[in-house]
Amino acid sequence: MTYRRTFTDRVDANLKWILTAPAVAFVALLIAFPIGYTLFLSVTDSRGAVTRPYEFIGFGNYAHWLADTERFWPAVGRTAYFTGLALLLELVLGLAIALLLRRTFRGQGLVRVFILLPLVATPVAVGMMWLLVFEPSIGFANTALEALGLPAQGWLADKDTALNTLVFIDVWQWTPMVVLILLAGLGTLPEEPDEAARVDGANAWQRFRHITLPLLAPVITAAAMLRVIDAFKTFDIIYATKGRGGGSNYEAETLNILAYGEAFEYSQYGRASALLMLFFVLIVVVLAALAILRKKGDRS
Amino acid sequence: MFSTRRAVLALPAPIAAASVLGACSGESDPNALTIVTFASPWTEGLKDLVEDYEAAEGVRVRIETYGNEQLNATYRTRLNARSTDFDLMVFQTQDVLRDYSRNLWLADLTERVESDAAWDWEDFQAQARDAVSLDGRVFGVPVMTERHIMYYRSDLLDAAGLDVPQTFTELREAVAALHDPANGVHGIALRGARVPLVTQFSSFLYGFGGDFQDGDGNAAVDTPEAIEAYRFYGDLLHDFGPPGATNMGWVEASAIFAQGGAAFYLDADSQAYTFLDETASAVVDTVAYARFPAGPAGSHPYNIVPAAVGVNAFSEKQDQAWAFLKWATGAENCIRLLAEETAPSARQSSWDDPAAAAAYPAGLVEIIRDVDGDYVGHDRPRLEQVARAREYVGGPAVTAIEGGDVEAAAKDANEDFQTLLDDES
Repeated sequence: MTYRRTFTDRVDANLKWILTAPAVAFVALLIAFPIGYTLFLSVTDSRGAVTRPYEFIGFGNYAHWLADTERFWPAVGRTAYFTGLALLLELVLGLAIALLLRRTFRGQGLVRVFILLPLVATPVAVGMMWLLVFEPSIGFANTALEALGLPAQGWLADKDTALNTLVFIDVWQWTPMVVLILLAGLGTLPEEPDEAARVDGANAWQRFRHITLPLLAPVITAAAMLRVIDAFKTFDIIYATKGRGGGSNYEAETLNILAYGEAFEYSQYGRASALLMLFFVLIVVVLAALAILRKKGDRS
Repeated sequence: MFSTRRAVLALPAPIAAASVLGACSGESDPNALTIVTFASPWTEGLKDLVEDYEAAEGVRVRIETYGNEQLNATYRTRLNARSTDFDLMVFQTQDVLRDYSRNLWLADLTERVESDAAWDWEDFQAQARDAVSLDGRVFGVPVMTERHIMYYRSDLLDAAGLDVPQTFTELREAVAALHDPANGVHGIALRGARVPLVTQFSSFLYGFGGDFQDGDGNAAVDTPEAIEAYRFYGDLLHDFGPPGATNMGWVEASAIFAQGGAAFYLDADSQAYTFLDETASAVVDTVAYARFPAGPAGSHPYNIVPAAVGVNAFSEKQDQAWAFLKWATGAENCIRLLAEETAPSARQSSWDDPAAAAAYPAGLVEIIRDVDGDYVGHDRPRLEQVARAREYVGGPAVTAIEGGDVEAAAKDANEDFQTLLDDES
């Protein structure tokens, strides 16, 4: 009886630990272990197979990447460019479309479904579809341009336009998600401030600029956060359209594509791991910056 | 009472977690084999073979098929974890043989292939046997072969009164003569993307008297012969190729030829069926085949083994796996797969069988039967880090296609390639 009492008491006292233990173990196994192992590999010269003998080389792999002006730094630049441009366009377009769809009109449901279609398509399929549309000699895009009397473009095939074309595809696919989030946000805004401003004679732009936008700011930041993370790690549409190395001149090689090639094409596990750790740090820095911005925004 | 109930409720949680994790390890059936492969005519044929084998031997054979690109990523992930859950593995010989055998992922089959005279290892074409051997050890059984050939539009050549080109010079003249982009026909379609083009550039390189490496295995892509070959290949695409060539692998380039958008297409003979498929090809009646043309140093197209089957070194059922492999690659089954699925067998006896070879377009069989025809057994650099080397040696060709400074690009590529070779030795 005493034993029973002590046992149940113990269980009772530690109930929160016992109940969360499976979840904690799960997270530790599936998140902490890979990150820890990647960190470990990143200070070795492991290559070929992780079962082969390897040596510890300290920060050699990190030094290799930070000194690599041929592949690493351009890839950092492209990742930032791709993410920044896609994010900007998606937020502006998303907000515009959300404001348009906010009003009630006939066929509203149909239009909303239509707009959300790109969102449900598989990214690799989206990549293949646009690859066909942008095919330089038989693709629809150039046929349309020629019909309008405009010069044909290289689109994905041209090293100068490939990255911008990919930004376009990303915008096409993910703007609907931003629309969805912003529409939900708009739905929760109080109507009184807008009505008050209307009574005071504010025009549509003034009401948008000084009332809707500030009230919607937290929702916009949330949408931006989600999109930044996703755009940063975009892999599928780039790999599906440009293949390994992001094209013949590495014109669409972002950090993710570079890391994939290093690991799965070159089998350089040490270097690939160091690259992923750098990428990880970069994401943390960007998210921290966004979080600080958000706090500042909240305070003001 | 209440606390007891909570304790009872809480206890199963860790147990449930443990059993979920335990279930992941799985049990293996001693009478079942698993073969990992990629989509190919041979894999199609394998599906029929497996049914017969199951009926005869009572051994179940499970086939896991992946896309070309996913196959290697699958092996890297699973074999790095010493996976025992598959027994036979189809691998892309030229890309991974060195890498995988040094990783100790492939079982050494030397004794097995040589042990049975009736099965006849010698019946496999010499280049095919070389392709699966490394330092005198055998790591796989070749199941397909592939040669570089020239596809052309017979209607266009006839209309222009041109003969089938026999040399690089004649090829260029014919390509120039038939180049008519205003009417939707480009002179030629070839792979132009940095990595995919390397293998199809190789025969041009050999034709000019060059190779990726010299006799001692050192980088040789900046020799005068190599530079000339890069220029020739690049100029063909630059002057007479479709737009966006540097983004094209075989899928894109062959699609242009299949749509009637090019007069010539030089690539692997394994694609012949793409052009004979009425649902996907506009050139079914007009496509013709010819031997790869000769350069200043002669005609030296590649003749390689794109796929071989090895035994997973971690498999616990290696004897059973070998028994199936031996049966599946026996002379009889190779003839059957050639006849039924047009899987280009690596056995000479398959091609000598008139009935089986009849499944192949006649023009193509003649080219394939000519095994003594100065073929080269490799179509890419020979080293462990093939993937990276392909990026290096493909660079000057991209420069050439874009009309840049080929000599400088070749010098750079050679330097990078040599560094990689030094690093490996």
